[in-house]
Amino acid sequence: MTYLIQGRTNDWEVVIGLEVHAQIISDAKLFSGAATSFGAEPNSQVSLVDAGMPGMLPVINEFCIQQAVRTGLGLDAKINLHSVFERKNYFYPDLPQGYQISQYLHPIVGEGMVRLDMPDGTREIGVERLHMEQDAGKSIHDQDPNRTFIDLNRSGVALMEIVSKPDLRSPEEAGAYLRKLRAIVQYLGTCDGNMEQGSLRCDANVSVRPSGSDELRTRAEIKNINSVRFVMQAIEYEAERQVDVYETGGSVVQETRLYDPDRGETRSMRSKEDAHDYRYFPDPDLLPIDLTPDFVEEIKKNLPELPDAKKVRFISEYGVTESDAGILVAEQETAKYFEEVALGRDAKLAANWVIHELFGVLNKVGKGISDSPIVADKLGNLVDLISNNVISSRIAKDVFEEMVAKGKDPGVIVEEKGLKQITDAGEIEIAVNNVIADNADQVKKFREGNQKLVGWFVGQVMKKTQGKANPQMVNELLLEKLKG
Amino acid sequence: MALDEATVRKIAKLARIKVPENEVPTLAEELSKIIEWIEQLNEVDTENVTPMTSMAEMVMPKRADKVTDGNYPDRVLSNAPNPEGPFYTVPKVIE
Repeated sequence: MTYLIQGRTNDWEVVIGLEVHAQIISDAKLFSGAATSFGAEPNSQVSLVDAGMPGMLPVINEFCIQQAVRTGLGLDAKINLHSVFERKNYFYPDLPQGYQISQYLHPIVGEGMVRLDMPDGTREIGVERLHMEQDAGKSIHDQDPNRTFIDLNRSGVALMEIVSKPDLRSPEEAGAYLRKLRAIVQYLGTCDGNMEQGSLRCDANVSVRPSGSDELRTRAEIKNINSVRFVMQAIEYEAERQVDVYETGGSVVQETRLYDPDRGETRSMRSKEDAHDYRYFPDPDLLPIDLTPDFVEEIKKNLPELPDAKKVRFISEYGVTESDAGILVAEQETAKYFEEVALGRDAKLAANWVIHELFGVLNKVGKGISDSPIVADKLGNLVDLISNNVISSRIAKDVFEEMVAKGKDPGVIVEEKGLKQITDAGEIEIAVNNVIADNADQVKKFREGNQKLVGWFVGQVMKKTQGKANPQMVNELLLEKLKG
Repeated sequence: MALDEATVRKIAKLARIKVPENEVPTLAEELSKIIEWIEQLNEVDTENVTPMTSMAEMVMPKRADKVTDGNYPDRVLSNAPNPEGPFYTVPKVIE
């Protein structure tokens, strides 16, 4: 399923690399003791270090180093025991120091890998590097016709920049990579992955080349895309734009572009060439980070089970299908919820109820699984009622709706409404006999060879028992009597 | 290495320092002299020597992940030339 753009004379292949900025989960900032929480009063979470006041010195937050290493290990990456902070120099009003403390030649994490499960098989996407850096403050442009307002709360918050190799070949792969990366950092507890609040931001490097070629042509960088869907749309648009440029005899220029979701197009930021002359040099205020192998080993020992491993375990331990397992591990909360429902129960049935019924309701009310109207324990009780033949699957759906609406325990609902499945053969037989006696014509048709009518008879018996008869028993009894 | 006048103008621009046109030739000459003087270091053979990023023979001191600072927006803004409520303001940045 190669993604190709049909050109006039030949097909074109897309080459994509993603740079993801992930905000590290920490209480305090990377180099100061100011808080990091989102949505605080403007400039209230700012120390004099973050404001770039003269004479202030940065002191590194040890936990942020741990978080970066932890993420590196989660990406199967090489941890560099020696890494160096450098200054990336540029002027912008929300960067009070006049430089961003970042890592350049010696990042803390080297090459790693992210595995993607695509419809046509597994793809391994290389990670080039991961480095730590400071976030900038926030510029607010729409408060005043002549001025830009600056809030430095975000200034100095720790970021990880995770750079992929140019291994992605379609918008779908780019989307899958971003979702997988988000799942990994969420599992690790190193970034909350919230793209709306900007804790995860993405730049996409896009170029095209004639299908079958292995050259790397000039790329355009699309900056600051804030949703998975927009990343995919931006890449699709940009790749087609570049094909168009080449086919009309032009050449693609290396530049920064912005994606406009309203118009569905990318456009040039026309930034000056000088903007990329960052004049990196080692930050004289900071010593290199030197880690011991023990420090890394300790973090490695405490890594949680990650999505890939969890998926394999769900398949072998619970017997769920590969695609169901993929859905269940995509978010840590879902996996946890599923395991609570499935533990000691019919796991396939549990998976079915979580994926089909529960997700259906969550989508409808627009809630995440952590705000689910039904807690895992109660859904488990419902699965028990079905497995123990107390209620039929059909009745279970009614009970489920009642649970969503009223938040009641399924056992209580079944009791109150008298929904218990009828498994008493005598009682079912009476209903079956009645239906047969009342419908002589249909019985005749059945006996003349219209076997399909059995379904209709089942329906009639279920109607008579308000859906409570055990369908299997109804089926067996009916066939016995009809064939009589 | 001699710095030409175009390079001097570029450096000034990157550093946001306003340099009057009539000072450019003098600056080019002076900066070139400084660089020439520093270039004497090229005479030292540094093959197989790892670059030194610090003079201090110590491990970098670190901080615990505790909130110990901030929560004084008035102090932060006390030198701001034109604050608006809790914000710094600057001339409009045109994107």
